[in-house]
Amino acid sequence: MRGITPYRQNYWDWRAAGNFMYGGTGSGLIVSSLLALAYGEPTLLHVLIGLVFMGTGLGLVWLEIGRPFRALNVFLHPQRSWMTREGFVATVAFGVGAAAMWFGHALLIAGTAALALLFLYCQAHILQASKGIPAWREPTLAPLIIATGLTEGVAASLALVSAAFTMTMVALVVLLTLRAWSWRRYRLASETGMPTAAARVLAAFSMPFLLLGHVLPLALLIADMALGNRYPALTYFAAVLAFGSGWTFKFMVVRYAAQTQGFAIIHRPARGPRGSGGEGVKPGWGS
Amino acid sequence: MTRYVMVADLRRCVGCQTCTAACRHINGTPPGVQWRRVLDMEIGVYPDVHRAFVPVGCQHCSDPPCLDVCPSTATRKRDDGIVTIDYDICIGCSYCAVACPYDARYKVSRAEFAYGGEGMANEQAVFDPRRINVATKCTFCVDRIDAGTAKGLTPGVDPEATPACVNSCIAQALHFGDIDDPDSNVSKLVRDNEHFRMHEELGTNPGFYYLWDAAGEEEK
Repeated sequence: MRGITPYRQNYWDWRAAGNFMYGGTGSGLIVSSLLALAYGEPTLLHVLIGLVFMGTGLGLVWLEIGRPFRALNVFLHPQRSWMTREGFVATVAFGVGAAAMWFGHALLIAGTAALALLFLYCQAHILQASKGIPAWREPTLAPLIIATGLTEGVAASLALVSAAFTMTMVALVVLLTLRAWSWRRYRLASETGMPTAAARVLAAFSMPFLLLGHVLPLALLIADMALGNRYPALTYFAAVLAFGSGWTFKFMVVRYAAQTQGFAIIHRPARGPRGSGGEGVKPGWGS
Repeated sequence: MTRYVMVADLRRCVGCQTCTAACRHINGTPPGVQWRRVLDMEIGVYPDVHRAFVPVGCQHCSDPPCLDVCPSTATRKRDDGIVTIDYDICIGCSYCAVACPYDARYKVSRAEFAYGGEGMANEQAVFDPRRINVATKCTFCVDRIDAGTAKGLTPGVDPEATPACVNSCIAQALHFGDIDDPDSNVSKLVRDNEHFRMHEELGTNPGFYYLWDAAGEEEK
């Protein structure tokens, strides 16, 4: 039975989390194809794998909805719903992406990358529009989700590039730094703007995320660059850490930091003939 | 214009849950689904501890976050302020459930009845298979309101046009009516008493007013 204090939502489970994990990586990978494009390298695998990832994420959402055979109704509210916008952008991205793979034209690849970035933007705002979950509606989460998707995509793309390898490493260093900064902003906001239970989850996650997801991969990347790329295994291991920590972060936010708003009264009611009102209460939100 | 709202007098509510039972009876909601709930809140620290009984449910917000996020347009707001769900087009994505800061939405994946089996006669009478695997919530008993107003009755005044929870309240703690009508029962209650609305800071403009003291008592 639902109570008064914030509790962990169960409406969106691992399947919804999977949409943000696969969708973020997929769109980030497609965006990263621009680097390969700049170096004249093949980009079709970026686009193909990216679209497969985005499709897998959307497929997981389809498995979660209660009435899957009405799924096309998702397209009915582009005026206000970020979920509808995500669906539209994905549909167009699949079309333009297919054309890019067929014709191989640079403009089509760049167009797919722009759509993938838009898809990632929609995903970030899907969470932010969820006013019932304080950890999701926090404004600093949206840039963090975008930075995470791009980081995962660039990390994944290291397996696909050769000439653009060094530039992709630099991009990963920049994105890891950006993600660490975004995480810090989000963490600071969580200390006051979230239920105690959600803030506790984020606090416990913070240090391992910073060390294993940022400090260690940055050290490995910089070491490999300083050694003249003679030990690519260092970079690949850094990429695995950057990618894995991003997925872990999103799973944590969607599943474990997702405490509901809970209930509050700002005034205590006056009870009885001599009763008087007083201060209210907001259970689960600290002292 | 008309905007129907609920007023809960927290000084009067005794937490008897009759409104919850009435809602469940008339709407046939399954076990675990309470469109009208009454919270038992504890305030203060021993020995200065107080209790407050707080009816909650869909607040029929003027700026409902559930409406904004709904990808299928199943969630709508009528001209009289009542937020509705079209069970025939809802896809059951639960986006509205995570968007609602009042924890008002439910989704069940199978038909269930209070005592199992085929359900009691009243449950069978109102059972609606369209409610399986889609979002549901308090409707302000919109069918009663529409049927009542069609007969020229006034919601909040005539029981036939008033939500079941309000009709059932033994302490007259729950009231219903048109807040845009300055002479309505709810307008007078809000005018004559200190009141607040829950989570107003989230910009939802909820249609549920909580009375906590007589007007002017705050300065005492």
